[in-house]
Amino acid sequence: MYLAIVFLPALGALIAGLGGWLIGHRASEVITTAFLFIAAALSCYVFYDVAFLHHGGIVHIATWIHSGSFNVDWTLRVDTLTAVMLVVVTVVSSLVHLYSFGYMADDPARWRFFSYLSLFTFAMLALVTSNNFLQMFFGWEGVGLASYLLIGFWYTKPEACAAAIKAFVVNRVGDFGFALGIFGVWYVFGTLNFSTVFAAAPHMADKTFVFAGHSVDIMTTLCLLLFVGAMGKSAQFLLHVWLPDAMEGPTPVSALIHAATMVTAGVFLVCRCSPMFEQAPFALSVVTFIGATTAFFAATIGLFQNDIKRVIAYSTCSQLGYMFAAAGVSAYGNAIFHLFTHAFFKALLFLSAGSVIHAVHHEQDMRKMGGLAKRIPFTWATMLIGNLALTGFGIPFLGIGTSGFYSKDGIINATFGATTPMASYAFWMTLIAAGLTSFYSWRQFLMTFHGRYRGLDHDHGAEGHGSDHAGHHAPRLEDIHESPLTMLIPLGVLAIGAAFAGWYFDYSFVGQGAQSFWNGAIAYVSGHGGPVSLPAWEEVAPFVLTVAGFAVAWFYYILHPERPAQMAAKRGMLYLFLYNKWYFDELYDFIFVRPTFWIARTLWKVGDGEIIDGVGPDGVAARVMDATRGVVKMQSGYVYHYAFAMLIGVVGLVAWFMVGGVH
Amino acid sequence: MNFPILSLVTFLPLAGALLILVLPGKDEAAARNARWIALITTLVDLVVAFVILANFNGHTAAFQFVEQHKWLGGGITYHLGVDGISVLFLVLTAFLMPFCILASWESVQRRVPEYMIAFLLLETLMIGVFCALDLVLFYVFFEGGLIPMFIIIGVWGGPRRVYASFKFFLYTLLGSVLMLLAILTMYLTAHTTDIVTLLHTHFSPGMQTWLWFAFFASFAVKMPMWPVHTWLPDAHVEAPTAGSVILAGVLLKMGGYGFLRFSLPMFASASATYAPLIFVLSIVAIIYTSLVALAQTDVKKLVAYSSVAHMGFVTMGIFTLTQQGLDGGIFQMLSHGLVSGALFLSVGVIYDRMHTREISAYGGLVQRMPIYAACMLVFTLANVGLPGTSGFVGEFLTMLGAFATNTWIAIFAATGVIFSAAYMLYLYRRVVLGALVKPALATIKDLSLREVAILAPLVILIIAFGVYPKPILDITSVSVANLIQEQKVAIAYDRHEAYAAITPISKGVVR
Repeated sequence: MYLAIVFLPALGALIAGLGGWLIGHRASEVITTAFLFIAAALSCYVFYDVAFLHHGGIVHIATWIHSGSFNVDWTLRVDTLTAVMLVVVTVVSSLVHLYSFGYMADDPARWRFFSYLSLFTFAMLALVTSNNFLQMFFGWEGVGLASYLLIGFWYTKPEACAAAIKAFVVNRVGDFGFALGIFGVWYVFGTLNFSTVFAAAPHMADKTFVFAGHSVDIMTTLCLLLFVGAMGKSAQFLLHVWLPDAMEGPTPVSALIHAATMVTAGVFLVCRCSPMFEQAPFALSVVTFIGATTAFFAATIGLFQNDIKRVIAYSTCSQLGYMFAAAGVSAYGNAIFHLFTHAFFKALLFLSAGSVIHAVHHEQDMRKMGGLAKRIPFTWATMLIGNLALTGFGIPFLGIGTSGFYSKDGIINATFGATTPMASYAFWMTLIAAGLTSFYSWRQFLMTFHGRYRGLDHDHGAEGHGSDHAGHHAPRLEDIHESPLTMLIPLGVLAIGAAFAGWYFDYSFVGQGAQSFWNGAIAYVSGHGGPVSLPAWEEVAPFVLTVAGFAVAWFYYILHPERPAQMAAKRGMLYLFLYNKWYFDELYDFIFVRPTFWIARTLWKVGDGEIIDGVGPDGVAARVMDATRGVVKMQSGYVYHYAFAMLIGVVGLVAWFMVGGVH
Repeated sequence: MNFPILSLVTFLPLAGALLILVLPGKDEAAARNARWIALITTLVDLVVAFVILANFNGHTAAFQFVEQHKWLGGGITYHLGVDGISVLFLVLTAFLMPFCILASWESVQRRVPEYMIAFLLLETLMIGVFCALDLVLFYVFFEGGLIPMFIIIGVWGGPRRVYASFKFFLYTLLGSVLMLLAILTMYLTAHTTDIVTLLHTHFSPGMQTWLWFAFFASFAVKMPMWPVHTWLPDAHVEAPTAGSVILAGVLLKMGGYGFLRFSLPMFASASATYAPLIFVLSIVAIIYTSLVALAQTDVKKLVAYSSVAHMGFVTMGIFTLTQQGLDGGIFQMLSHGLVSGALFLSVGVIYDRMHTREISAYGGLVQRMPIYAACMLVFTLANVGLPGTSGFVGEFLTMLGAFATNTWIAIFAATGVIFSAAYMLYLYRRVVLGALVKPALATIKDLSLREVAILAPLVILIIAFGVYPKPILDITSVSVANLIQEQKVAIAYDRHEAYAAITPISKGVVR
């Protein structure tokens, strides 16, 4: 059964990818989607079987790389952590497949699209079921490839191609760390097998080894290296730059890869390796710091973006920061719980946004939307649920709310309760970010669905992103229709998950049942995630900030819709700083991209051209031409001398050809 | 087995070449005959190579299919044999050859019989290199290979072919002459040129250094290692497609093979002593040439520079003197033989259509050539070292070995994975992706059946060995383990000798 879950998507990808031209679009769509739904059903069963009945185990498939004492095999490891990920991946993926029936209906390369989607799902499943670091790396790079292919799916758009390369290369920077981490794990533990490494990790605590010429703490170094990989994949602060650009891909892709599944792989990695991180307190502090910083930083950028997908993208970035903040204070259950609920509501938000974009003929600029609620009420409702879930709406003290209320507030509480060095920083950052999240979410919601429809206005040219489909015409409001059923059904299913998943699973993931539920799949540290006595102000604070965020959004975008434009026109420093995403792209372009190309050209023209060739062959040729004129030929009878004479002779001959004969 | 199968696999192509030579016929007929004879010969030779592989025993490090006959006298014999290190290179050579013939089917129209003869001769000499168990025999094959390659570039090459072929010749000969001196020295010391005997012959540490550097000069040029790599881009650019395939696929591997066969076991202490030098040069090669590749405007030059970077991983891996490093180095060479061969064949496909290698002349090919785009994607990703392709296994193992030796090496080498992604995807984007707007490309055709037949097997093998590299690693592992073991013994012997302060032995002694 485990094999079926992992390989059905691969089979679907192969059939659609290799045979798509033969069997046609419809057949490709149906086959891949059907396989995914089967896999999803099996995953739900596996989840029940493993998480509650404590079955599961390890399946050996084949040998992979055996070299001396280095042995790595293809295996599937299914424990509770894997089972949770299986459900997330297959459920969201199958719904996204279904959704794409409608969303991609007009695309001439649908079979390719569905093949890529299934390929991605396979790679992601390989990642979450791996039993060793190397197979995880295989899945890791595999999802990177699928992401590359899908971001660049509309390859005729230069921005899409650029975004695809950016995503892959930035991820490779992260993988650089991940790979070194893997080498290190093998060097220290002599194996890449999870069970063995995790069992041995406590024995390596406080021991040192030489890395990069310094004697350093083993576990801290390894965990930090692995975390660099996680930062790349999960678009954390400093390595986040690829994620917003990845929105160039079709919206179902954004929902599946850049919200629900692939970007959470970093969180998964940290939680999977939690027995290692537990031995590395400093690394955990770094995780907390980066996570909390990202949560805040990405939220600030989200405040003033005008592209509906980019707002959600920054929101994703920010929410991933929450997950890392939780993992950093050893609240791994909370991290995975938020990963789980986030998958539902963020996929819901993206797919709802896709439904909006579909309705307004591929317009993504929210300044050209507004008042759509009446025209697309179902999408309005699902987006509303998604936003309520994202902002963590719920009633404090009663403990009833949307899924984000349980998982996100759980993280804020966990950082509050933790005593590690970075915990209080994380608490304030995540708390403030909760308020910012509320503002940008409701801003986006109000700009899209309420107020006046601005699609036919023509006064926003100043700094708009514009649309990505050149030559499109904004529809009249009365021409805007709700999306087809294939798109609405996934929205409905995800909305149910977004609304109730938190309430339903709170007990198991982070509540009283957590220890039994996880069953050793993650390091379970008592006192985290469980009910701790919190002061009343702490429990109310997220709620107050959330309401405040909504109020501010309402004030600016419903009561005084002219003010944001005026503020934008003033171009204040802070506004520009946030609108331009803290100038990270410009900074990286200046300190990495341009110098790299400059160095590359210099090495080529000067290094290879002038120095090596100049001194080497070309230079030698010229000098020998001078020298041979004065050489006295000797005949000594020794083989050595003949060989030398031969050498000189040949060089002279060649020199003659190169200098005299050719030029 | 008494049947001289190694002689057969070595000289069969030569027989094909002779057949072409004696066969009469007018221009067109002669060309057609030459093509078919060459194809059939190389295919039969491939079958023979497969027979060798099938009968190869991977559980022993001893040389197999050994043939030994009197030859020049004075201890110089005609001695052939293969072990786990060489047998796969033999198969690789035989495997790539039919692709080269097929790739030249239509693109070469001038002096076809001579062209085919040159290639068949080249095959004999290359296979001979990997089979030879006598230094003189080895040297003959090793250097002999230069001549047909020189001719292939010089006659059927591009506009600057004369410059390129002489540069190629100058560099490789410079190294070779030093190696010849070393071989003479070894003969005078040990009174034999038999490789099997020399493997167990001890040279004094001082002499090892000189011999090591002399061989190094030759192999470093062949690899090529930085800074003696500049002949390669020029040679590739001017060589016809099939020439590039052989150059990248087989000739570059002779350097690595040489290190494994001679430098490591025969000059064990010197290899250990000068390993840091190799590491530095390898790392410079990886980073430097990757960056240079990024700046290229010529498709072939880009792939050529990427070859230098990938060979950097090989030398790095080999000189870690670890099982993983050596396994990885050998795997990387074999994988690179497939991947770079495939890339040059792919470049050849579009060159045949457009007659330009300028990257800027292309763009948006995927719209007219979807099959080509898919194949090219696999090759690109394999060159980037994506797990699941053969390119990953070698790179990973070499870096693993490097990490265990010195973490700095692994850190620097790992930056190569970032750069390789950058330059390859940047290339793919400029050539294959984007909108097809250039008028010259408007009618470009997708792969023909012949071209699919060339590229498809490579796609399959590259993925197959990435997912299941066991067949290759199984064959090499015993010989590699043996090599490492013997090397350790030899180094210990040198140490012991130094401690015991025995009067320096300048003569070789059989251990």
